[in-house]
Amino acid sequence: MVRFLIRRLALGILVLWLITVAVFGLFFVAPNNVARALAGRQATPETVAAISHRLGLDQPLWKQYLDFVGNALRGNLGFDYYHQVPVTTILGAALPITISLVLGAALIWLGLGVFNGVISATHPRSFTDRSLTAFSLFFYSTPTFLLGILLLYVLYFRLTLAGHTAFPAGGYAPFSGGLTGWANHLILPWFTLALVSAATYTRLTRASMLDVLGEDYIRTARSKGIRERRVVVRHGLRAALTPIVTQFGIDVGGLLGGVVVTETVFSLPGLGKTAIDAINQQDLPVIIGIVLFASAAVVVANILVDLAYAVLDPRVRLH
Amino acid sequence: MALLEVRDLKVAFTTADGVVQAVRGLSFDVERGSTLAIVGESGSGKSVATQTIAGLTRGAKVTGTARFDGIDLIGADQEVLRGVRGDRIGMIFQDPLSSLHPYYSVGWQIVEMIRAHRDVSKAAAQQRAAELLTLVGIPRATSRIHDYPHQFSGGMRQRVMIAMAMALDPDLLIADEPTTALDVTVQAQVLDVMRSLQERFGTAIILITHDLGVVAEMADEVVVMYAGSVMERAPRRTLFYRNHHPYTEGLLASLPAHGGGGSRLTPIPGAPPSLIGLPPGCPFAPRCHYAFERCWGAKPPLDIVHDDPLHQSACWLPDDAQGRRANLAALTGEGATTSGTIASGTTASGTSVDGATRVGPAASAGVRP
Ligand SMILES: Nc1ncnc2c1ncn2[C@@H]1O[C@H](COP(=O)(O)OP(=O)(O)OP(=O)(O)O)[C@@H](O)[C@H]1O
Ligand code: SF4
Ligand SMILES: [Mg+2]
Repeated sequence: MVRFLIRRLALGILVLWLITVAVFGLFFVAPNNVARALAGRQATPETVAAISHRLGLDQPLWKQYLDFVGNALRGNLGFDYYHQVPVTTILGAALPITISLVLGAALIWLGLGVFNGVISATHPRSFTDRSLTAFSLFFYSTPTFLLGILLLYVLYFRLTLAGHTAFPAGGYAPFSGGLTGWANHLILPWFTLALVSAATYTRLTRASMLDVLGEDYIRTARSKGIRERRVVVRHGLRAALTPIVTQFGIDVGGLLGGVVVTETVFSLPGLGKTAIDAINQQDLPVIIGIVLFASAAVVVANILVDLAYAVLDPRVRLH
Repeated sequence: MALLEVRDLKVAFTTADGVVQAVRGLSFDVERGSTLAIVGESGSGKSVATQTIAGLTRGAKVTGTARFDGIDLIGADQEVLRGVRGDRIGMIFQDPLSSLHPYYSVGWQIVEMIRAHRDVSKAAAQQRAAELLTLVGIPRATSRIHDYPHQFSGGMRQRVMIAMAMALDPDLLIADEPTTALDVTVQAQVLDVMRSLQERFGTAIILITHDLGVVAEMADEVVVMYAGSVMERAPRRTLFYRNHHPYTEGLLASLPAHGGGGSRLTPIPGAPPSLIGLPPGCPFAPRCHYAFERCWGAKPPLDIVHDDPLHQSACWLPDDAQGRRANLAALTGEGATTSGTIASGTTASGTSVDGATRVGPAASAGVRP
C-alpha cells in the first residue's frame, strides 16, 4: 500500500517534470524571439532588451531550464509585462473564482448525479428510471454554452424584463464581500456546469450500483434483515463509490485549471477566462503559468484519487 | 406442527425469452432441530425456492404458502419478513468470499446483524461477535473481529458466515451449498461446526447440496428436486436404501463406487429441460431409462410409496420391485431402439431397479446405517 502510493507519487512527479520540459521546449527553445513574445505585442524595444537580460537568454540551455524550474518551484512563475505584475498575482486573483465555481458545481452535480443514479438503479426500467435517463441525456447532449446562455436568457433577461431581478448578468462578487452576493453571482454558473456533468454521474452511479446490487454480499445484507435503505446506501453505494470517486477526481482536477466556456458566458474572471484573454493578447507568461498550474492540478487530483482507493478499499489498504 | 411447512410453492420469472418456471409446486416440512437436505442438479430451483421462502426473490410471481411457526412467509409484508430474516431465519451461501462485504470488518458485519434486531450497545454486540467467532473455532477472536474478509482463508470465512447467521440463535438455518466452494479438507470441519451449533442451539437446517456424501453426513430427511419439482422425498436411510424414483437412482448411481471424499454428482446422461414452456408429462422422461407411454402424457403427482407415509415419489412406476421389473421387461421387449439405453443404463450404474440392493455404493459414500 505504501509502496503503491510511492509509485503513484513518483509517477506524478515524472509527469510534472515532463510537462515542464514540454513547456520550456515549446516556449523558450522554439525558434522565435522569446523576449519579444514574452513582452507582448505592444512592448517597446527597451522592454524586450530588459527581458532578454532578465531571462539570461545568453546562458546555456540547461542553465535556463534549471532556472525556470527552480523559480517555478519557489512559486515564481515569471513577470507579466502586459499587466506589469508578477504572473502569480494574476493567477492568485483568478484562482478563487475558478475554485468557487468548480467546487460549488461539483457538490451540486455529485449530489444530483449520485441521488438520481441510486434511484434509477433501485428501480430499474421503471418510469422513474426512464424519466431520469431522459433528463440526464437531455442535459448531457446540451452544449455548455447553450445551457448557460439559455439560463441567462430565461432567469436573467426575461425575469429582469418582467421586473424581477433575481440574478446578476454575470461577473463575480468575492466571498469576503458576503455569502449571499457570492452565491447569487455563482448560482447560474454552478447549475450550468453541474447539470451537464450530473448526467455523467447519474449514468455512472446507475451502472455501478446495478453491478453492486447484483453482488452476493447484497443478498447477504438482505438476509440479515436490515432495512432496505441501509442495504442500498451502506452496503450498495459504499461499494459502488470507486468509479464515481475516480471520475470526480479527474473532473475536478481538470476543471480547476479553468472552466473556459462557463467562465466566458458568465464573464467570471477565473483561470479559464484569464487563459482566453491571455491567448488573445499573446500574453505568454500568463499562459505558461496557467498551463503549469492546470497540469499540476490534474496530477495532484490523480494522486488524491489513488489515495482515495486506499481509504475506500481495505483490500488495497491492507496489502 | 412442523417449524416450516411449505405447500405447493410456485415461483415464475418473466424474462425476455418467456416465463421461467423455476419452482413448480414444491411441498415439504422441516421439523424443529432437524436437518432437511435438498439435492438436485444445477438449475433445479433449490436456491430460488429457499430464497423465496426467506423473501429474497425479487420480480417473481410467487404462489403457495410457507408457514413458518404460524406466519405465512409468502403473503407476509416486507416489514414482517425483515424481522424474521436474520433473527429467526439465518442464511449462509456458497461462496463466503463474495457473500461477505469486502469493505467492512467481519466484526462490523456481525454487529450490524445483532443490532438490526436487538437493542444492545455496540460494545455488547462486539463482545457477542467475538464469542460467536470463538464458538465457530476462529482463534484469537477478539482481535480478529477487526479483520476484513480477504484476510481469512476460505474455511475461516465460511465459519464467519456461520457465526453471523447463528448470531441471534435462529430457529432455522438455510445453508445453500455451504461447502461447495471449499477445499475438500475443510469441508468436513465446516460441517462439524454447523452440526455442533445445531446441537447447541437446537436449530433446524435446510441444507442445499450437490453432494450426497454431505447428505449422508447431515440429513434427517431428503428432498430430491428436478426441474422445479420434488421427485422424491424420504428420510435419509429410506432414500439411500429403498429409493423409488429413477432420478434418485441416477443420482446415487453416479456416486463413485469406492470414492473417498469425492462423492459429488457426476451428471446423469442428458441435461435438465428448459424451464420455459415445459411440456406436459414427467419432466425427467427424456432422460429416464424406464420412461413409458404414460410418462409423456401426464406429470406424476408426489405420492406415498412403499406404504410409508414418510416416503413419497413422483413417478408412474409401480411400487414394488416385481412390478417395476415387469414394466422394464415390457419396455425392452417393445423395441430395439430403447433397449440399448436401458441395458447400458442399468449395467453402468451396477445396480438393479430394486432400491434395497443399493447398499454397496451408498455405504461406501459414508452413510451411517
Ligand atoms: N431472477 C431470475 N430470473 C430468471 N430466471 C431465474 C432467476 N433466478 C433464477 N432463475 C432460474 O431459475 C432456475 C433455478 O435456479 P436456482 O438458482 O434455484 O437453481 P439451483 O437448483 O440452486 O442450482 P445450483 O445448484 O446451480 O445453485 C434456473 O434455471 C435459473 O436460471
Ligand atoms: S414417471 Fe416415468 S419418466 Fe418419470 S421418472 Fe417415473 S418412469 Fe421415469
Ligand atoms: Mg443454487
